[in-house]
Amino acid sequence: MLLIRCPYCEEERPELEFRNAGEAHIARSADMAATSDDDFEKFFFIRSNPKGIIYERWRHMHGCARFFNAVRDTVSDRFLMTYKAGEPKPAKLPGASE
Amino acid sequence: MIATFRIPGAGRLKQAETARFSFDGQSYAGVEGETLASALLANGVHLVGRSFKYHRPRGFLSAGAEEPNALVEIKRDSARRTPNVRATVQELYDGLTAQSQNRWPSLAFDVSALGDIASPLLSAGFYYKTFMWPKSAWKNFYEPRIRAAAGLGVAPDQPDPDRYSARFAHCDVLVLGGGAAGIAAALAAAETGVRVILADEQADFGGSLRFESGARIDGQDGFAWAQGAVAKLGAMDNVRVLSRTTAFGYYAQNFVGLVERVSDHLQNPGRALPRERLWQVRAKRVVLATGAIERHMVFADNDRPGVMLASAARTYLNHFGVAVGRNVGVYTANDSAYAAAIDLKKAGVGVAAIVDLRDNPTGSMIDEARALGIEVNFGRAVIRAGGKLRVSSMTVQPKNGGGERTIPVDAILMSAGWTPSVHLFSQSRGKVAFNDETKRFVPGTYAQDCVSVGACNGTDGLSATIDEAYAAGAKAAKDAGANTVKATKPKVDASESWSRGMLGAAPGAGPDTTVKAFVDFQNDVTAKDIRQAVHEGMRSIEHVKRFTTNGMATDQGKTSNMHGLAIAAETLGKPIPQVGLTTFRAPYTPVTFGSIVGHARGKLFDPTRKTAIHPWAEAQGAVFEDVGQWKRAWYFPKAGEDMHAAVDRECVTVRKTAGLFDASTLGKIEVVGPDAAKFMELLYTNPWEKLEPGRCRYGIMLREDGFIYDDGVVGRLAADRFHVTTTTGGAPRVMNHMEDYLQTEFPHLNVWLTSTTEQWAVIAVQGPKSRDIIAPLVEGIDMSDGALPHMSVREGRICGVPTRLFRMSFTGERGFEVNVPADYGQAVWEALWSEGQKHGACAYGTEAMHVLRAEKGYIIVGQDTDGTVTPGDAGLDWAVGKKKTDFVGIRGMARPDLVAKGRKQLVGLKTKDPKVVLEEGAQIVGDPKQAIPMTMIGHVTSSYWSQNCGRSIALALVAGGRDRMGETLYVPMANAMIEVEVTGMVFFDEKGERLNG
Repeated sequence: MLLIRCPYCEEERPELEFRNAGEAHIARSADMAATSDDDFEKFFFIRSNPKGIIYERWRHMHGCARFFNAVRDTVSDRFLMTYKAGEPKPAKLPGASE
Repeated sequence: MIATFRIPGAGRLKQAETARFSFDGQSYAGVEGETLASALLANGVHLVGRSFKYHRPRGFLSAGAEEPNALVEIKRDSARRTPNVRATVQELYDGLTAQSQNRWPSLAFDVSALGDIASPLLSAGFYYKTFMWPKSAWKNFYEPRIRAAAGLGVAPDQPDPDRYSARFAHCDVLVLGGGAAGIAAALAAAETGVRVILADEQADFGGSLRFESGARIDGQDGFAWAQGAVAKLGAMDNVRVLSRTTAFGYYAQNFVGLVERVSDHLQNPGRALPRERLWQVRAKRVVLATGAIERHMVFADNDRPGVMLASAARTYLNHFGVAVGRNVGVYTANDSAYAAAIDLKKAGVGVAAIVDLRDNPTGSMIDEARALGIEVNFGRAVIRAGGKLRVSSMTVQPKNGGGERTIPVDAILMSAGWTPSVHLFSQSRGKVAFNDETKRFVPGTYAQDCVSVGACNGTDGLSATIDEAYAAGAKAAKDAGANTVKATKPKVDASESWSRGMLGAAPGAGPDTTVKAFVDFQNDVTAKDIRQAVHEGMRSIEHVKRFTTNGMATDQGKTSNMHGLAIAAETLGKPIPQVGLTTFRAPYTPVTFGSIVGHARGKLFDPTRKTAIHPWAEAQGAVFEDVGQWKRAWYFPKAGEDMHAAVDRECVTVRKTAGLFDASTLGKIEVVGPDAAKFMELLYTNPWEKLEPGRCRYGIMLREDGFIYDDGVVGRLAADRFHVTTTTGGAPRVMNHMEDYLQTEFPHLNVWLTSTTEQWAVIAVQGPKSRDIIAPLVEGIDMSDGALPHMSVREGRICGVPTRLFRMSFTGERGFEVNVPADYGQAVWEALWSEGQKHGACAYGTEAMHVLRAEKGYIIVGQDTDGTVTPGDAGLDWAVGKKKTDFVGIRGMARPDLVAKGRKQLVGLKTKDPKVVLEEGAQIVGDPKQAIPMTMIGHVTSSYWSQNCGRSIALALVAGGRDRMGETLYVPMANAMIEVEVTGMVFFDEKGERLNG
């Protein structure tokens, strides 16, 4: 069971309290109705599924109930960092080279 | 009575405490505190089981958790029958009843042992080859017979009556293994004051100090030192000491699962104690002190009862005071077996000879053995064990060939060396490294905050072990945040040293032989099987393992993995590291389902949700159905009524007078805030801005892909407040869906969401008399059609309590839904019920609700839709705001495939024979005469007998359905081809006049 730091509660809590909510930084178009078929395909269907660093959304379901973003290494399952929803993709990752 | 093989003065048990026990019906005496294995050996019993495949007689190999052979069934009563218990682990209690397994009719004469003679047919991969033809014979003939003959114990056939508990724990330093290394590490960490947990799988701490008679620490015998140290640790407030506790799994971020066997060793555990306790421990640092496991020698018939590990024989002697024979032989490739020979000889047991595979080893052990008058042979191999139910001799030959000599013995003690227990390290995703000099895998690259110490780290010698472990314990504490304190490291005064050994098959069991030299005892895998796997094309050790099943038994190859690997490597002509070690997986030893499940079974498996009105429905004799976690009243049968009759009556009564229905399980979400209407515009297809407060609207929620996700009636209570209802099953996911968009896509909207599902009890009163029933109880709401039209909502009071009164209908009749705070739900229901009685109203359940809504063509999301249905497919285009520029699903809905012709559309079906009720899920075809497989153009989603219509009715998704009105289609069933007509979805009151009737 992983330990996940909730950026709102500012605490590490067990995975049991959280739910994964898919890949992060996939913005919904402000003009959704005018989105082309190709752009809609990218937005709705295509996910990166990397071996390595993934940016993903989690929800502190049984805690503060907030959605937030996390950076996880899919090989080691290590969480490199978490940050609040709406914040930009971090430029630098702590301990990424470890 | 002192049993035959007990050595007076040897061992650490209090001889006075006798325990009677039985094995295969025979009664024996043992001593409390010893294992079942020790007690049987004390009585001279070696034969305890039959092997998995060949049904060969088997005895004890070990004295611990690695035991592959001595699996027995322990029976406390008819329900407490535990198969596959390792007799080397099970502690004796007075009255213990054990039985051998996998034999018929008896252990000494087993009919299936013929499998041993037929063994050429049962070699590696036999499942895939021998029994393949004819194909049909596998299922009906071979498989049942093989399954009956092979296998271990028999699973219990009654529910487990025992209790299992579970605990979460946190600590700074978790020490796994309570031998010299673990104790030293725990002492170092504990002295700093950090929180320490020390766990060991045995009843007594000490690990190999239990048999190492040569160890002395701090001026005491090693085992005595261990007991003193653990007592000291146990008395410290910051330390938890767990004995009989196996760390079975090492998971992410230092999360370790342990099982504590709380009461399996007690005669009368009583009801207060659980049988086992699951510990889920999160540790800042983990110290692995899991020791090493001795390997057997691989030679012909090395599985005869009486052939065992040298360290096991020492444990039985030095710890339990039991001799494993009267005249033992020793076969070894390292020094440690000499210690066994010396200890036994000193205890008065005859040692026929030591056979040492090495050419000219030297050392104090060898000198001491010689000094005691033991015959020592170098450069020789035991090429065969004699005997069948018990070993009777060992045949010795120079290892490069030559004259054979057969020596009578009643036990053979063997040691091929020691394998570091890297199981937990490997489970932690650490990478092992092969040490070419010592020929063993040791921890290499760490993946987690842990450290290995002592034998499991390949550290030889007690002194080096304690130095390493003590330093590691202190460092772990420091890393976990402790301050440095003055150290009092244990001092090693004397120790034994044994390392090295050999891997693979011994002479006499080499590539040119066909003997049965067992590598894996539990799965009956021989050296020859492994070579055969390589010859048949297996190259990776993972393939060899699966083809031969080497290491795949319940002992997970604790004794066999390294031998198997070495034989495969030799056959492949590759160095061992290039062939690779198989992956270790949890659990380290078998774990009961009970301990994993814990309290979460029966009523505690999943919450049961009941509405406020549940007790009333129960008292009325309602039959309930499960809807998710909810118990819902399904129908209310009167005396003599079956379900069909009850549902028909309920349906007719609702349309004739009125019915009361408990709709409390509906999901309810309060959407509040200045931007509440804007939020609703984005989450639902419908327009909301212009909906006046006091009015309701049927809302459809889509996913971004344009498919229907949920639906429900929404009431606008004020400009900034919506009372949203969802489907019963959809409430949590709809709430999650809304929160997701509010928090991440539309955070600029000033809106709060609150789940109010359990705050409101909901009583639907439907039917022509519904207003007459409610009106007398309501205060402050004008209930005239003008003031409270269909699809409106008012706040007021009913029976003196606050209510949100909805005028709405899921039956097509004039209808209301009375929302009251859940605490008043039953009282208000009873008041409405007694009003209803005056008008001849009934209570109706979910089945009648389903029929009534189907008569009106109202859909149920999840029944008439399946996640691929758009509003257009469901005939709900009218509910999509045409002028809206955005809502979730607006783009998905417009995808080419979703607007293409020929999509499956929801329509009504009427069977040509009105009495025939279709099966829900049945497929629909156009041409009944077409060849099979037919082209299916749709399926039935809802189907009922409608007493109100006097016929069966059905809804179905049919390709291009709305263009097929009046068309005849067919529903092919196993015994009939049912003719149906495509119709509209409304079967009753097509004009909808009854909503105001």
